[in-house]
Amino acid sequence: MKKFINNNDDFLKESLTGFGKAHSDIINVNLDPSFVSRKNKTKDGKVSLISGGGSGHEPMHGGFVGHGMLDAACPGFVFSAPTPDQMQAAAEHVDSGAGVLFIVKNYSGDIMNFQMGAEMYSGKNDSIVTNDDVAVEDSTFTTGRRGVAATVLVEKIVGSLAEHGGSLEECKKLGEKVNKNAGTMGVAFTSCTVPAAGKPTFDIGDDEMEFGVGIHGEPGRKREKIQASKTIVGNILEAILDNLKPEKNEKNLLFVNGMGGTPLTELYLVYEDACQILQSKGFQVTKSLVGNYCTSLEMQGASITLLKCDDEILKHWDSPVHTAAMRWGM
Amino acid sequence: MSVSFLISQAKSVQKVIDENSAEIEVLDQKIGDGDHIFNIQRGLKLVVELEDSIKNLPLAKALNMIAMKVLSGIGGSSGALFGTFFMTMAKSPDLDKDVDFNKACEMIISGIKAMKERGKADVGEKTMMDVLIPVSEKLNELKNESEFKSGLNEVIKIAEERMLSTKDMLATKGRASFLGERAKGHIDPGARSSQLIIDTICKSVINN
Repeated sequence: MKKFINNNDDFLKESLTGFGKAHSDIINVNLDPSFVSRKNKTKDGKVSLISGGGSGHEPMHGGFVGHGMLDAACPGFVFSAPTPDQMQAAAEHVDSGAGVLFIVKNYSGDIMNFQMGAEMYSGKNDSIVTNDDVAVEDSTFTTGRRGVAATVLVEKIVGSLAEHGGSLEECKKLGEKVNKNAGTMGVAFTSCTVPAAGKPTFDIGDDEMEFGVGIHGEPGRKREKIQASKTIVGNILEAILDNLKPEKNEKNLLFVNGMGGTPLTELYLVYEDACQILQSKGFQVTKSLVGNYCTSLEMQGASITLLKCDDEILKHWDSPVHTAAMRWGM
Repeated sequence: MSVSFLISQAKSVQKVIDENSAEIEVLDQKIGDGDHIFNIQRGLKLVVELEDSIKNLPLAKALNMIAMKVLSGIGGSSGALFGTFFMTMAKSPDLDKDVDFNKACEMIISGIKAMKERGKADVGEKTMMDVLIPVSEKLNELKNESEFKSGLNEVIKIAEERMLSTKDMLATKGRASFLGERAKGHIDPGARSSQLIIDTICKSVINN
């Protein structure tokens, strides 16, 4: 394992402290319990949005704390859900009286810890669970689909509604709509290495890829030989379109997300392939996002998310945002 | 059950888990994301380190401190589930009186019931509950027996059988559920760590 690391126990604390210093104009980092919050207090009457999850997906979620997006983020250890005391402390810190909406990715550990945090927090609160990964079959009897890159879109769009005075109920409703309108699928060329483990999470040949990989290096649909980008992108889009069934006249946001180890050069190539394939099938690409937003440490690979957009979603996508990892309009 | 019993058991369990850590890590990498063993090890270390702050406390207070430590120090599913276990045990009535075998069984049974509710998982879903629920049922049969040591041998056996039975299950809860058929053929790492904990504690009670 080659990583910038001093010792394992301090890995997260040192990284969070550096993050706090690098973006001290936007956010504050609190340790014990750990949470990232906006530098400026949440204005009265604005619903507070809090997300969180295991670390290792940076910039998600701490990089999305700031105007127009989250009010706080609770980072757990690498790939491990944060603990209830973090959510409780973050909620107490940011709630301005309008209530707290927890945005949770669909993993058993995250669900349980956020539930306990919500039970421990005495103020008004509600939760939404994201589960956009079409690689996993959904079923009422299982944990269901994983929450992955579309969580970024949910945080941006609901963050704008909260900034514009949306109520807790309205924010929850919009978040659920965005989640329902989004589908994601990823592919990995290499594994990631969890610092505490010191070795790659999975073995994969030089000429192989994991199709439908999760954001923790969990196996996906199948292991295949690597193919031309157009073929890979075509297969990913087929799975998403099959699931999402967008109308031809519908507006779409196309989001190409890097897993951490793939250069932007390749991500833009993937975007180009995806645009061509979608347009050749008669689908519209109206909005774009390309970059490393929901990563899996140093994994090489990418995910594609398609979000069906109505006017409400488009308006809140375009509205100003100022966070460490996403900034436009201000 | 006493505070010194809890501390000595935590130390023995820590030793056994450390000895088997490589196996559990590999199991979790096969069907999960590899964090389970680190979470369990971190939790045990935190509990063992509590010794000086809890050794002179009444049992209920000590259990509560363990619960809060586990809940805030571990993360992941394990933190929430084991935190719930200790928190529920701490709420048992009459902990200021002597806690005999019968009472200890009732505490453990109520703790496992609370874990089941928290995780919304039942037997047959390839999780630690595949070991814990049958163990809790056996303890319920045993709790009023005066000669419980032979019964504890059965508990050890049940835990092992149920741990092994997760191998051929499809997972419907937890990270492994995302794998479908690909989770088959691997023992659930949470079932393995739970079985090792039960094995260690039962053996220590039998030998004392």
